[in-house]
Amino acid sequence: MARKRAFDLRNQTGFATVAMFTFFMLYLPMAALVVYAFNAGNSMAIWEGVSLRWFYSAASNERVQDAALRSVIIAACAASVASIAATMAAIATTRTKPYPGLTFKYAFINQPLMVPEIVTAVALLIVFSRIKVWTGYSGIGYLIAAHSAFCIPFAYLPIRARLENMNLTLEQAAADLYATPWLVFRRITLPLLRPGIIAGFMLAFVISLDDVVITEFVKSGGQDTLPTYMLGQLRRATTPEVNAIATVFLLFSVLLVTAFFFINRRKA
Amino acid sequence: MTSAQDVAQQIERRDIRNRWLLSAPALVIIFLAAIGPLLVMVAYSFMVKGDYGDVRFGEFSLDGWFSVLFWRDIFDDTIGLADAHLSILWRSIRLSFITTALTLAFGFPTAYFIATRPPSTREVWVFLITIPFWTNLLIRTFAMQEVVRNEGILNSLMIWSGIVDQPVQIMYTDAAILFGMVYVYLPLMVLPLYASMEKLDFRLVEAGYDLYATRARVLWRIIIPLVRPGVIAGSILVFIPSLGAYVIPRVLGGGKNMMLGNLIELQFGAGRNWPLGAAMSITVMLIVMLALLVYVRNATRSGVQHG
Repeated sequence: MARKRAFDLRNQTGFATVAMFTFFMLYLPMAALVVYAFNAGNSMAIWEGVSLRWFYSAASNERVQDAALRSVIIAACAASVASIAATMAAIATTRTKPYPGLTFKYAFINQPLMVPEIVTAVALLIVFSRIKVWTGYSGIGYLIAAHSAFCIPFAYLPIRARLENMNLTLEQAAADLYATPWLVFRRITLPLLRPGIIAGFMLAFVISLDDVVITEFVKSGGQDTLPTYMLGQLRRATTPEVNAIATVFLLFSVLLVTAFFFINRRKA
Repeated sequence: MTSAQDVAQQIERRDIRNRWLLSAPALVIIFLAAIGPLLVMVAYSFMVKGDYGDVRFGEFSLDGWFSVLFWRDIFDDTIGLADAHLSILWRSIRLSFITTALTLAFGFPTAYFIATRPPSTREVWVFLITIPFWTNLLIRTFAMQEVVRNEGILNSLMIWSGIVDQPVQIMYTDAAILFGMVYVYLPLMVLPLYASMEKLDFRLVEAGYDLYATRARVLWRIIIPLVRPGVIAGSILVFIPSLGAYVIPRVLGGGKNMMLGNLIELQFGAGRNWPLGAAMSITVMLIVMLALLVYVRNATRSGVQHG
């Protein structure tokens, strides 16, 4: 035993150092971005002391307000649609013996994960631009539809994982007591599944909120979301205002992921 | 007997029908806003390009596909290789491979480090990898800009330590794109690697040491072969988005250092050649499918080995 303690068999020379370096490098750029958001000066290059002016400037910028609101609306709609559709699909594809078409469904639902975003974005541009001409409608419905589609696999993942850990006994017991299928779903399945659905909704929400590429190609004029607005700003000479927006955005994502982490942990 | 069987069959058939109805919304949404458009794009790649973008609907031609690799002189109809396209294709593939290799070089020790922590702290390390993973891609790219720009951290550090006395131009070069891609896609490598290392049976490592293997030999002959599925999964997960990268080269590479994603966008913008853009997109998709095929073949082969 004494020898074992002296010689750690899990240890590999240099691995811990590389790991520490990697963790450091993962957070250094984001830290720099946050620090420069508090820069009092006009430029991103020169540090001129601490100030909140860029946060005020971002918050009072009408285009930023407009884009932020649009981002949240699209994310809320897409995440709702995606988590409802994904819940139904997850119930249909779990806790059963394999049936014809099951593999097909898996492949279909996970398809948005398999194709590079730029390819889907271009394909959507082709189809939606024609539909926009045909119907004359160019609202944010297209963005919601596109976001719903690529959010479904992300919502599906935790919901399916949760379902697979639930056995059918409670549902069967309820059915034995003459509960209708709808009542079984509402009173047994749904409450048990809730943590999975919340996790799925949050994942879908973050994914939709973060999307740049598909939104950039699908949006009509004047339909910027926060990420596409920032992309547009990055082309020009940037002020720390972009850092301020990014910092708030970052904070929001971290909060959501932390909440997600704790929900998942409670489940385990 | 037969009637009872019939009833059982009927119930099963109804169950399957209900399961199709339940999955219908998800399938329909994905068909309408993902798979369907991809099919339309395949059709578009075979049409004649319109003068101001779009296509001449219903007029078919192979020009789009032809122009992916070749180029026809307007005046004398001589045919040559489309050097610009080929060099961008080559750059994309090369940068994606280098990105995959670098993320593996940094990701492997990191994942191993996490997997060998005690279970109580392990979760926290994984969490630290997950935060960047769920942070906006654009924000992370923008954060990398803080590091590589002329007045950025890297240049300040190099000047301060006396390696150089003038800022080195990193922004708008291939190096900047590489920095960005490695930074952004690293979590995609670490997470699957960690998943397979977590299951690593350290009794096998111990057996190796008992047989007088050195640490390096244990790593090469025991650990790496056992976590190979994780290595392959991580490599695929990094390679696919690298190949289709659009935001990172646009922000860090500037206008000149294009990758495939930007070349495709160009055909739908200033290039006004939608069939060519469609054909290029399908080319990217085919390369990705090839990579996935390699993955599936490897995954099933290692499955046979262990099971």
